[in-house]
Amino acid sequence: MIEVNEKNTKMWSNIGPRATYGLALLDLIEANSRVYALSADLGGSSGMTRLMSVYPDHYLNTGIAEQNLIGVSAGLAKEGLIPFASSFAPFITHRCADQIRMNMGYMHLNIKTVGLGSGVSMSILGNSHYGIDDMSFMRSIPGMTILSPCDCAELVMCVNAAAEYEGPVYIRMTGEPRMPRVYENGFEFQIGKANKLCSGEDVMIVATGSMVATSLDAARVLAQKGVETTVIDMHTIKPLDLSIFENIPVRCKLIVTVEEHSIIGGLGTAVAQYIASQDGLPKVLNIGLPDEYVKAGGYAYMLNMCNLTGDAIVHSILRKIEAGG
Amino acid sequence: MELTAINVRKRILKMANNCGRSTHIGGSLSMVELLTVLYRDMMSYKPDNPSWDDRDRFILSKGHCVLALYAVLGECGLIKEQEMGTYLQDGSNFGSHPVMDLEHGIESSNGSLGQGISMAVGLAKAAKLKNQKHKIYVLIGNGECNEGTVWEAAMLAAQWKLDNLTVILDNNKLQSDGYSDGIIDLSNVGDRFSTFGFCVKKVDGHSEKEVLQAYRAECSGKPKIIIGETVKGKGISFMENNNEWHHNRLTNKIYMQALNELEVHV
Repeated sequence: MIEVNEKNTKMWSNIGPRATYGLALLDLIEANSRVYALSADLGGSSGMTRLMSVYPDHYLNTGIAEQNLIGVSAGLAKEGLIPFASSFAPFITHRCADQIRMNMGYMHLNIKTVGLGSGVSMSILGNSHYGIDDMSFMRSIPGMTILSPCDCAELVMCVNAAAEYEGPVYIRMTGEPRMPRVYENGFEFQIGKANKLCSGEDVMIVATGSMVATSLDAARVLAQKGVETTVIDMHTIKPLDLSIFENIPVRCKLIVTVEEHSIIGGLGTAVAQYIASQDGLPKVLNIGLPDEYVKAGGYAYMLNMCNLTGDAIVHSILRKIEAGG
Repeated sequence: MELTAINVRKRILKMANNCGRSTHIGGSLSMVELLTVLYRDMMSYKPDNPSWDDRDRFILSKGHCVLALYAVLGECGLIKEQEMGTYLQDGSNFGSHPVMDLEHGIESSNGSLGQGISMAVGLAKAAKLKNQKHKIYVLIGNGECNEGTVWEAAMLAAQWKLDNLTVILDNNKLQSDGYSDGIIDLSNVGDRFSTFGFCVKKVDGHSEKEVLQAYRAECSGKPKIIIGETVKGKGISFMENNNEWHHNRLTNKIYMQALNELEVHV
């Protein structure tokens, strides 16, 4: 397995999540001949150019046909192979929703799907390519595991963990080349076990994907304003690690969810649904993409327009606290 | 019992009658010879070892006609008599659409049309990748051919030269709302599959001899499709080409009448 170290994490961060995915999968195929990379004609865009030339027999292009891509993956999975099928997030979720429901849900087959460029990271390509609602759909499939890595190092860990795990997995990628590193060196990663990145008793931020690094930025600004903040990297959206809500400090005023996904149906909904069923826990503030199709622009522009920057998150949190939590 | 078309039809009628509910009886009766010949004369499988790795695989893509599959699997001993008795009962493993259950010879869950053929392409590709010699059979319906995924799968099967794959089309010319030629005309379906790169064998889907010949025909380097020209409701005069029996419920009186017709056939 590729080593997660200072040098590699820096390189991965520079090349971005898609290229890192291709490297991780290449490494996986070297170690495990049961692994196959499948794509609906987006091998290059999935960072698999090298994989395609080194292991051409392990790269299966089904043509631009995502529904068939999942059906074919199901056939491979049934025969004991481990298919990793990737496409842009909306095409590997909604476009083949019924195939996912039947094959990954109903039959619980060992298929791994990978949503590239989710959230608004497809930037100027626009809303046809954005993944604003992929988690919402995937969460509703019984037995589905959903991973949402916060940086390229965690993406590598997700790819390896997904291959080890027996059952359907959706890996959701946000971020872009030169994205910040949350993990610079090796770290513990376990499906369903969230990572606490920093501790503070006033506010708890539960973030996922690209918004983990942004939430760490927000926590630093909040600390300067006297608000001590915990930041949780919730890399597994399903099953959700509810143990993080045990022993919440009495002082904690607010639980904040932050995600590059619609405020409907993603991490925020999952957390709010749980908190609503519990006594004595703080209120929840959901921060995410608005329930609308924002006119497209560059990635930074989109995150700014959707109030998903460190400063905007700080502003939202302080306003909520001032309003009485 | 013996795996014959007449026994399979009898069993279909018996199960449909016993369950007391509406079933997809017309489309089950049309595929009887296609399925009987397949399980009796073509497929390798071991009823005492259903997950035998070298078994041939069968996928029922037109899952709503699982009644015919249950009847065949019953005749083969993969589904026991008492299990057959639970058909369409509350909470049964044997429902209106197949549920993946290899122990009973059911390879996949189906019911959402156009998907079984994709899985079959995956199974055939996996066999090639693993250098396994077993064959993959998938049965689709003419109505099902309205689904775009049938053609996505067909394109890929030809591209990948999956000559271990046989698609069986139960072409009974009817679908839920009526005759296919007034909905999506498939009268040249053989030409379409041929253009897509398939080896096409068109047969009388109720002639066991023709069906067997088509199964045995060599199609090196190409996937094969057997187009069985069939009659919906075949074998029961008042059900034949009568779309009221697409999904309908038997009464004891109708059941006896239908059974008598089959007895006369024998």
